[in-house]
Amino acid sequence: MKKGRVWKYGDDVNTDVIFPGKYTYTPMEPEEMASHALEDLDPDFASQVRENDVIVGGRNFGCGSSREQAASCLKYAGVQAVVAQSFARIFFRNAINQGLPVVISEEAPDRLEKGEEVSIDFLRNEIITQSERIPFAPLPDSVQKILDAGGLVPYTKRKIERGKS
Amino acid sequence: MGKTFSEKILSAKSGKDVRAGDIVTVSPDYILSHDNSAAIIKKFRMFGVKRVSCPDKIVIVLDHVTPASSEKYAQNHKEIREFVTVQGISHFFDINNGICHQVFCEQGFALPGKLIVGSDSHTTSYGSLGAFSAGIGRTEAASVWATDEIWLRVPETIKIELSGRLQPGVSAKDVILKIIGDNGADRANYKAVEFADPAAQKFSVSSRFVLCNMAAEMGAKNGYFPADKTVVEYLNRITNEKIEPVFSDEDASFESVLSYDLSLIEPQVACPHTVDNVKPVSEVEGLAFDQGLIGTCTNGRLEDLKEAASLLRGKKIAPSVRVIVVPASRQEYLKALREGVMETLIEAGCVVLNPGCGPCLGAHQGVLAPGERALSTANRNFKGRMGSRDSEIYLASPATVAASAVEGKLCDPRKYI
Repeated sequence: MKKGRVWKYGDDVNTDVIFPGKYTYTPMEPEEMASHALEDLDPDFASQVRENDVIVGGRNFGCGSSREQAASCLKYAGVQAVVAQSFARIFFRNAINQGLPVVISEEAPDRLEKGEEVSIDFLRNEIITQSERIPFAPLPDSVQKILDAGGLVPYTKRKIERGKS
Repeated sequence: MGKTFSEKILSAKSGKDVRAGDIVTVSPDYILSHDNSAAIIKKFRMFGVKRVSCPDKIVIVLDHVTPASSEKYAQNHKEIREFVTVQGISHFFDINNGICHQVFCEQGFALPGKLIVGSDSHTTSYGSLGAFSAGIGRTEAASVWATDEIWLRVPETIKIELSGRLQPGVSAKDVILKIIGDNGADRANYKAVEFADPAAQKFSVSSRFVLCNMAAEMGAKNGYFPADKTVVEYLNRITNEKIEPVFSDEDASFESVLSYDLSLIEPQVACPHTVDNVKPVSEVEGLAFDQGLIGTCTNGRLEDLKEAASLLRGKKIAPSVRVIVVPASRQEYLKALREGVMETLIEAGCVVLNPGCGPCLGAHQGVLAPGERALSTANRNFKGRMGSRDSEIYLASPATVAASAVEGKLCDPRKYI
């Protein structure tokens, strides 16, 4: 399990503040995408985020546009998972498809503090802090399979290859 | 127990008897994308297949940054044009057509009972014509191109019963802003929203589009209006395809039923920086702003442009304000031209842009400077969306934007009607 620090935000963190629309139709390399992550919400994030950090939001995380970079810029920034009370539907799909784990938990966002070190046990479905273990519900099987494959590209590639043989 | 519209469509398409909460794998009737097709092409190439599986299902409309405003955007468009030629994708609409959602409807792809996915969050719009349509991401759009398949969760349905009659000067935009403000930006997350009678049938196709378009701002997977006589008549004018409406059963199970008396709704404004931060115009009256925007996929049809023109006829917009008009499509633009609507708007001092997404997403054509405030008929007011992160966007109806542009500050359009 990998330890990372918590970056804590509120409800309705939308795709425009995660990855501004003005960059949406400009092809970018992963590193450049990561450098714009959360630019309009927390200008310090991109320069200070470390590998395996965890983003914690409230309700409706990722609402707004269907832009996939909102999920991929976080993944490229090294974020190991996003924990929130609920996710906007398209962001949820995009995160799974990019292989970025999402954790839905009613309690965790209130109990996790900004900057604290946590790890996430995806086998036991628990968030582990210094003082407690916070359980969360597993994802539906069909969705977990895409995540396990590393995202939709490797998942679909495998499916196509199996279909050919 | 009967089924909702969404349960019926996804049962039919998956060949299984499914209910809300089930996950199905389906083959959509159409898959829409726009300028982001360039990014989808890159993803598609990662799958290791040479040809798209069903070229006739792919609909691509260039609309987001049109005409290209930089070399990078021009390169995107070029790659898309080359790809559609090589792959034999005939449903390609270049920069001279308009906004993807409007063009998709005009071209007769959005039909009752069809299952449509689109790589854009406002794909919900086609429920206005009785289709099941939901937004998806780029990688999954590429995956649909490659495999002709996608997984979808069958949504629960929130039914919104509309009754009464709208006051003059109040329109569909005010209704949906009111509903979003009352219920919150995530009220319909993962869910379907069905707009229902007794008054749903009174809405024009254009107004239904506004409601279904902005259902996305409640988090909805899809919006839906029963495809009644109004829809069938509209479609019979644009397509020869057989129209087979699908309706929710009377005994279907709804997640909840909300009721709205249209006669009680006053003009509404969504204040920064979330679409559910909605207030009646009376609470924000007098607020000065720098830029008005009339148009976009939400409010850029003839009905909207006409409404704005009726308030601007013979008047001039205030010198402190600039107003940008973006028709939703070439067809709507032409209709407005022929009816003299564009002339009125230009005489009043508006700047008219070519049909497209324009400044709505802050990529070009009218971005905001720090400290500036916009009053817009678009569907989103997120921080930084139209330019500087230190600018503000207020959302309102075409009537409210037009009347306010004359005064130079936010006002209630009803006093001019």
